[in-house]
Amino acid sequence: MNNILTIFKKELHSFFTSPMAYIFLVVFALINGYFFNIQFFLINESDLRVLFGIVPLVYLFFIPAISMGLISREKSLGTIEIISTMPILERDIVIGKYLAGFVLIILGLAATLIHYLTLLYVGTSIDHGAVFTGYIGLALLGGVYTAVSLFASSLTDNQVIAFIIGIAIVLLFFMMDKLLFFMPSSMSGVVQFLSTDFHLSNMARGVLDTRNLIYFASVIGFFLSITTRILESRKWN
Amino acid sequence: MIQIDNLSKNYGDVQAVDSISFSLGDGEIVGFLGANGAGKSTTLKMITGYISPTSGNVHIGDKNIIDDCIEIQKMVGYLPELNPLYAEMKVHEYLKFHASIREITGNKFTDALKKVVKECSLQGVVHRTVGNCSKGYKQRIGLAAAMIHDPKILILDEPVTGLDPNQIVEIRALIKKLGKEKLVLMSSHILQEIQATVDRIIIIDEGKIVADGTSEELISGSQGMTQLNLEISNADENSIQDMKATMPGVNIKDISKKGENFNVHLEYASGTDPRKDIFNHAVEQSWILTEMTVTEKNLEDIFRNLTGKIDNGATDE
Repeated sequence: MNNILTIFKKELHSFFTSPMAYIFLVVFALINGYFFNIQFFLINESDLRVLFGIVPLVYLFFIPAISMGLISREKSLGTIEIISTMPILERDIVIGKYLAGFVLIILGLAATLIHYLTLLYVGTSIDHGAVFTGYIGLALLGGVYTAVSLFASSLTDNQVIAFIIGIAIVLLFFMMDKLLFFMPSSMSGVVQFLSTDFHLSNMARGVLDTRNLIYFASVIGFFLSITTRILESRKWN
Repeated sequence: MIQIDNLSKNYGDVQAVDSISFSLGDGEIVGFLGANGAGKSTTLKMITGYISPTSGNVHIGDKNIIDDCIEIQKMVGYLPELNPLYAEMKVHEYLKFHASIREITGNKFTDALKKVVKECSLQGVVHRTVGNCSKGYKQRIGLAAAMIHDPKILILDEPVTGLDPNQIVEIRALIKKLGKEKLVLMSSHILQEIQATVDRIIIIDEGKIVADGTSEELISGSQGMTQLNLEISNADENSIQDMKATMPGVNIKDISKKGENFNVHLEYASGTDPRKDIFNHAVEQSWILTEMTVTEKNLEDIFRNLTGKIDNGATDE
């Protein structure tokens, strides 16, 4: 636990000593704010479903961008040798890095709470539960995309390639339930269940189903686990 | 303290390290010498647990690198080749990061920091960003990080590569100082560096250990024949060749003419000394002997003989 915390603090420190985190937080807030506001005041509905539709789209590019260097940069600089020869498990390295990326996403997401204040100010009959579960869904979706992007970062020492791989996998998860039309009916149920949007839409409606939570936790666990295996595999190359 | 048993590493079809075995004791400074690509770094990476051996094992005390990797990593301080560092951190933050992983916190860290800062002469840069430090300081920061937990074993992969002569002298002095209380295993492809710093030399070539001992032992052990250079005037080549007939133990390797003089390169079995006979022969032949020099073998010759190549440090691995 101590090692996870040390890696976590190091990564978070690294984010905030470069302009990266600040640029991410500001641009993330501006883009979400712009697209939320141009629709929110037109549709006349007292909820944040507009936001819950926009944030996953913005995630698609932002999360692979902030996570692309988490491992690939260590590989390109050679510092992976430093960190791997310290008495620390690869699992702890992966979890520490993952948590740092995830916390940055949560900070970005927290900045969008200002739109909730707008809703409180102008809205009527607000379904606070749906807002709460919607935010839980967005946080979990951010967790999935961070795990996927961390996995992409572990595959290469080139940050650009890690970014592209990250976007490709994240896009696949995002697009799955939009491609159901082209799927054979026997597969559509499985593909739909694997889609992030399917689970997120449930939560944005105010439904907090354990199946959705298990799905998000499983995907995060799966990608963190294979990222750990990839880091361990350097020993046997 | 370290026992290496039949350690091998294959990269696909390439055998980087081929069943090497040796042991290292407390308080030794051992140089791991080899040409570029000989298998030095691969061996050090296996000892530190960065890569796993294809076969064989590394034992430190009652632990081994396959089953107790984390325990061994706790005992070892490692400075990798090219000394990668987190450039965005301040020096004290970087050392704190290393200390924290090794569970050295609070007052223990303050004491450890003071000690390594003093030993590595980092007083002037503790609050500076790592990336802004000079190459010499960066090397010392890497060393300080490797020493922050006061390990009994220090493994240094090419610790002076890329440093200027003054920095090399500083790092060399530091390593010698550390070697008084720690086992230091350092690799280098620079012969002079190894000769100047270590107590014992292990030469590796194409993944195999080809020599192991002090530099004196290696030199004396390899001296089967003594080399002798003569410069003779007032002679002709045939009469020089005839010298062999009168001194059967002497082998003429080379005769070359330089102006009026001949340079003659001879060799004879170590333990014999035909120089008086050669002198008397020269007097009988009315030669004028202007030079007679015994050539001692040095580590460079040994290295060349053992590995079939020489590296004077002009290239970096």
